[in-house]
Amino acid sequence: MSADSLFRALPPGDHTVQIEFDGTPLTVPAEVSLAAALLGCGIRHTRESAINGRPGAPYCMMGVCFECLVEVDGQANAQACLVPVRAGMRVRRQRGVACLALCEEGGDE
Amino acid sequence: MQKTDVIVVGGGLVGMSIAYGLALLGRQVSVLDEGDDAIRAARGNFGLLWVQGKGYRMSPYAQWTRESVALWPRFAAALQGDTGIDLHLRQQGGFQLCLSDAEMAEESHRLSWLREAFAGDYPFELLDNAQLRARLPGIGPDVVGGCFSPMDGHVNPLKLLRSLYAACQSRGVRLINGHHVDAIEAGATGFELRAGAQRWSARQVVLAAGLGNRALGARVGLDVPVQPNRGQILVTERLEPFLQYPTTYVRQTDEGTLQLGDSHESAGFDDGTGSQVMAAIARRAVQCFPRLGQVRLVRAWGALRVMSADGFPIYETPQGCPGLAVVSCHSGVTLAAAHALRLAPWIAGEFDDPAVKPFGLERFNLQAEVRHVG
Repeated sequence: MSADSLFRALPPGDHTVQIEFDGTPLTVPAEVSLAAALLGCGIRHTRESAINGRPGAPYCMMGVCFECLVEVDGQANAQACLVPVRAGMRVRRQRGVACLALCEEGGDE
Repeated sequence: MQKTDVIVVGGGLVGMSIAYGLALLGRQVSVLDEGDDAIRAARGNFGLLWVQGKGYRMSPYAQWTRESVALWPRFAAALQGDTGIDLHLRQQGGFQLCLSDAEMAEESHRLSWLREAFAGDYPFELLDNAQLRARLPGIGPDVVGGCFSPMDGHVNPLKLLRSLYAACQSRGVRLINGHHVDAIEAGATGFELRAGAQRWSARQVVLAAGLGNRALGARVGLDVPVQPNRGQILVTERLEPFLQYPTTYVRQTDEGTLQLGDSHESAGFDDGTGSQVMAAIARRAVQCFPRLGQVRLVRAWGALRVMSADGFPIYETPQGCPGLAVVSCHSGVTLAAAHALRLAPWIAGEFDDPAVKPFGLERFNLQAEVRHVG
């Protein structure tokens, strides 16, 4: 099922900002959520499930479903629907679980 | 009037485990459950199969708990066979983490008492910070030490509840939701239960309604001393597996989230959350594993433990009311296997299980008498 028909873009405002998604530069409206910005660019695959790897994209747009998780400026598991876009934001797909420093280093000290 | 062999009142882990056990014996079972507004311990628990430290000064409870975890592999296999649901049962042991010398001394005292009660057959290890670190990478310097017992384990408690529902349905158990039982009458050949205008009758009735057992017991003249004890749980974002073993304060689930918990409060029937207790839970978890300080929390909830007056389970089949059984406990996960495979046959009258005897209601009367004498 395509979700395209559900979107109705507001008239474009004067202000746009540049962000980056998985290395690709995007020009998006300022003052929208990151989730709305990505969907507005036609991106339909913003994360891969930590449980089964299935692709996912923003769904509830109100902070509840956790389908919109992305990595923002190195910070994993950010809810894109709750984060306003900001010029220069570097966004990556959230692929599976976040890694705690603990497991990277295998111990402390 | 709808008739059945047995009616179980309460569709939580306790009621559903017993219903499943009765269905395995071929009984015709109906489960009467409340609606979405019910107080539900089974939707809020932490998922430990916990043995160490339980039954201090009441060794039959320690014994019963150990028998349950020994039955758990068979129980989980039966559920998986009926439903295909993997409960993520892991029984490799668990750690109690201690943040003060006093806590460490208390745990050590309890475990030593239990080891003596079991004539030495009660495996555990006391570990200092350095020994803990070698076993649990990431332990913080504030952790004085800990106790490891190979008897402990964990399971996904929501998958357990879901699989009990599916297994019961596949074995013909009738699940009737949305009813609050407001009358129980014992007759010559069985019981009649009423909820509003609805009526059901059964030869046997099992009261497994958690905190609701107090009011239901009163309807048949029994004093069932249970009261709520609130625990709050915090849940983090999903993380790579880093914690192989459950601990009493921090547990990583099969799907990657961490559960942080083990608070105890008297808050009446309020199953909400409060920032002070949540902050204390988070602080303690970060003390245990300092790198959790950078982790996001995604949700929190409160749930009410079903605590009896002495903290131990209640298993009662009152002599004056043949066919009635009362079951209350706060360890619905740990004891699920015993409830399905031992308690249900006892309730069904298949055999007289002496292990159940210490958990009758009469012990509360005895304690009152002792207090008078003292």
